[in-house]
Amino acid sequence: MAKVARLARLDIDASQVHHFTEQLAKVMTHFRDIDALDLDGVAPMTQPWPLVNVMRDDVEMPVLDTDEVLAAAPEAEERRFRVPPIIGLDG
Amino acid sequence: MSTFTNPSDVVATAGQLLPGGWELVVGLEVHVELATRTKLFSGSPNRFGDEPNTNIDPVTLALPGALPVLNRHAVELAMRIGIALNCRIQPCIFHRKNYFYPDMPKAYQISQYDIPLNADGWLDLPSGVRVGVERAHLEEDTGKSTHVGGATGRIHGSDYSLIDFNRAGVPLVEIVSRPDIRTSEHAREYAAELRAIVAAIGASDAKMEEGSMRVDANVSVHKPGTPFGTRCEIKNVNSIRALGRAIDYEARRQIDVIESGGTIRQETRHWDDAEGRTHTLRAKEDADDYRYFPEPDLVPLDPGAEWIESVRAALPPLPAARRAMLQALTGYDPQSEAVLVAVERGQHGYVKAIADAGGDPVRALIYVTQAFAEQGENPVVPAADVAALTVLERDGKLSATQAKQVLAEIVANGGGDAAAIAAAKGFEAMDSSAIEAMVDEAISADPDAWAKYCAGEEKAAGAIVGRVMKASKGKADGKVVSAIMQSRR
Amino acid sequence: MAGTQSTAAALSSSVASGTVKARDILERHLAAIEAREPEIHAFNLVTADEARAQADAVDAAVAAGRPVGPLAGVPVAVKDNMCTRGIPTTCSSRILEGWRPPYDATVITRLREAGAVIVGKTNLDEFAMGSSTENSAFGPTRNPLDVSRVPGGSSGGSAAAVAAGFSPVSLGSDTGGSIRQPAALCGLVGVKPTYGTVSRFGLVAYASSLDQIGPFATNVDDAALVLEVISGHDVHDSTSIPQPPLALRDAARRGVQGMRIGRVTDLPGGAEPAIAEALERSFDALRAAGAEIVDVTLPSLSYALTAYYLIAPAEASSNLARFDGVRYGLRVEAADTNSMYGATRAAGFGDEVQRRIMLGTYALSAGYYDAYYGKALKVRRLIADDFARAYAGVDAIVIPTSPLVAFRFGEKSADPLAMYLCDIYTIPTNLAGHPAMSVPFGTGDAGMPVGMQVLAPALGEEAMFRVGGALEAAAGGAK
Ligand SMILES: [Mg+2]
Ligand SMILES: [Zn+2]
Repeated sequence: MAKVARLARLDIDASQVHHFTEQLAKVMTHFRDIDALDLDGVAPMTQPWPLVNVMRDDVEMPVLDTDEVLAAAPEAEERRFRVPPIIGLDG
Repeated sequence: MSTFTNPSDVVATAGQLLPGGWELVVGLEVHVELATRTKLFSGSPNRFGDEPNTNIDPVTLALPGALPVLNRHAVELAMRIGIALNCRIQPCIFHRKNYFYPDMPKAYQISQYDIPLNADGWLDLPSGVRVGVERAHLEEDTGKSTHVGGATGRIHGSDYSLIDFNRAGVPLVEIVSRPDIRTSEHAREYAAELRAIVAAIGASDAKMEEGSMRVDANVSVHKPGTPFGTRCEIKNVNSIRALGRAIDYEARRQIDVIESGGTIRQETRHWDDAEGRTHTLRAKEDADDYRYFPEPDLVPLDPGAEWIESVRAALPPLPAARRAMLQALTGYDPQSEAVLVAVERGQHGYVKAIADAGGDPVRALIYVTQAFAEQGENPVVPAADVAALTVLERDGKLSATQAKQVLAEIVANGGGDAAAIAAAKGFEAMDSSAIEAMVDEAISADPDAWAKYCAGEEKAAGAIVGRVMKASKGKADGKVVSAIMQSRR
Repeated sequence: MAGTQSTAAALSSSVASGTVKARDILERHLAAIEAREPEIHAFNLVTADEARAQADAVDAAVAAGRPVGPLAGVPVAVKDNMCTRGIPTTCSSRILEGWRPPYDATVITRLREAGAVIVGKTNLDEFAMGSSTENSAFGPTRNPLDVSRVPGGSSGGSAAAVAAGFSPVSLGSDTGGSIRQPAALCGLVGVKPTYGTVSRFGLVAYASSLDQIGPFATNVDDAALVLEVISGHDVHDSTSIPQPPLALRDAARRGVQGMRIGRVTDLPGGAEPAIAEALERSFDALRAAGAEIVDVTLPSLSYALTAYYLIAPAEASSNLARFDGVRYGLRVEAADTNSMYGATRAAGFGDEVQRRIMLGTYALSAGYYDAYYGKALKVRRLIADDFARAYAGVDAIVIPTSPLVAFRFGEKSADPLAMYLCDIYTIPTNLAGHPAMSVPFGTGDAGMPVGMQVLAPALGEEAMFRVGGALEAAAGGAK
């Protein structure tokens, strides 16, 4: 669960992780009920309604106002979004 | 019977092996930005070099509630690439690739996973080598980070970073080759040919320096007949020349590590063109777990035979066909500079048009490569005007020097009657009897040179020819002059 | 509260005819809000000034003889997970506190075009994750019928707003029952339309393949009226079904003569006795109205809860990853970007949201996808197939909306699984993408209202409203 919290970028302390783990363990146990099902040859259902080829034409639409958008940002500089040093991330 | 199977059965020739009998194995991942007006999933402009954060909309910025809608033209350009690379174009879906990075607004990239749009194709290199293409899938580009402060201005040791989302959501096609490449030369050839192809079919401007074509190389070494070695992914290769250097360096590095008893760890490495070496960027942890799952905000894409065929039918001739055409027309080697330049500029058709208008094919090719650099695919100069000039030169009515001047004027005026321009310049054609007289004069003026020439000292001819040219004020055709000298010899 | 009880249909026609001013209607509702909102906390924000401007604009249009829309002058409360241009949209989360969207959701645009007057943004379980509205970062909403009890959730604020007479109709969103369950617990009509009939553009996503927007109303006709306004194809939503808006006028009055209505014989148990009895009474009433009651089975229904609580959190874990402190919303400063992410998200999201993000991240992570998310997608197919078989023989199915009436605060919040089980009857239709509506039908424990749920096949809204109308008529008699 600590690894999952890292993957999800949730800085939660050990006690909190423990608390979640306990609660989720109960839920996950309940989830074992589907192990009883024979799902061979069942096609996964990712969408409720069978649409296909929904596309738009390659035409420009209005853009947002840069100042309005940057004003809502936690931190901005030189018309860009500012973030702390990027380390511990790939790239 | 071997107990292993490698992902590629291409075997290097003895001559291709590296010192120590090592075999190089390279696979290339090439990203090209598609030449659309707008982004892959939204209507803001796909334009390079605009003011930061001006080409943004709710989808680009991943504002809460925003939803993607697929750009039909992007799909069509991706299909062109698939067709040009002999891929199977198939019904497909989009997946979310989940990872956090500040230039990735949604914290997931909409890409394709197990079912790409284009699969199982190949690319034939001019040298004749065939490289397998595993897939060419559609995905979206990220924003651009600028790293501020710190010594290097690089990501490591920077004080903070600034993000511009203009590029976020720009349509990309990622073309993944099979690990069929065995020399750095072939890798460069592959990248150059791929760039020529996507440019020729109008899918991308494929400018490596502007980042609209980005090449990553997966490099490993092993002894023939053994399993492939651990590979490293080389990023930040910004030119085709750099690609060759980076692969050569990395192969050498891996061989040194192995031969000195070390082992290669799978990692991503960064090519530093100035230093001419690669640096570790990061180890490939098992921790990068992208949690791919089908994108629920998009529906499946099924191009269908009809659409695929209409795209195939509209596809312009590929560079290889263009080069073959010029070779047949002029006899020039398809890899010769003139042919490559004409094809790169898309002026192969114009060269053909000049020849069809009765022009001399070789001169047509030379004229076009020399004087039409700024003219684009369809120069305004009527092909017939250029054709007429090639004939005047071929028939000795104009010297090469004169023809060049006339051509310059024709190009400058967007056309013109070659003969009239030549006359206006006083380039009246000299009949050979006049030239013969000049040759005889020159011989009597410099008997020693003539004697040496007759003794078989070819370079002595220069003195005689020089006098004739001087006398004729450059109007005499060099070829005619030497022909006469031969006859006098 | 006097004067806030007439139907939306009646209000809009009197406004259109000029006999009543939209502004007067609005002021009456604002007065009702003033009187009782402190006790109920239905709203995160009451937009009185914008509402007055909209109402005056409607009155001006009427005075000038210009045509006005079908919701002319009707006050509407909207769940605070729908984007409203320039007006804070929080999803009842700290992470979005103070954020003002630069654009309107499609449903908001359609409400405005129809002449509706938006009175405010209603409270919800944070990011629509919950069944009681206790998970709001800004405090719970109380049930106007008994303030010691929850209004249900996650659209508890929108339900309470209508139940308290703050607006005759409201909008909620339903991912696993978040409209129908609070409608049942507050004695209202609540509709979850067919997936793809109402645009999700501008709805802050919880689980993209399950989310649908729908109306709350005091009666079936008003629900139909609102649904006609907000439904119909939208080019900004790739999953929007290309068809015109639903036409449901008078469907509720067409009756059920000759209809075949399904009674699920293998329905998972657990419903309060009073609710089980109400279900049987509803079949009697429908039979009396001329419908034929046909037994059907839905064998996979009992697995719906598991499928839902794997699929929804998985999609949510990805949908909520964008809240990273870079472009908008909360940021907790830290030495590097990765630490900033962790600190911001831990501080910005409440416990239930963090639980579901963890659950979903786990269900998608390497080595577990096939065992959890992959399996859940297959179970989802089984459930859809069950419904397809059932609908081959019936026009609609009736089951309870919730296994229990409105419960007291804190009763379930300690135990996530107990809370999840409240959704057992509503989840299956979200998985199938089908329409479903809850209609008040008598009372249960402690005199609290009971909701009966009408299920129909995809795009079967007309049949669903016919049955809903019949239940409404019968309930009126039964009270
Ligand atoms: Mg890649
Ligand atoms: Zn890629």
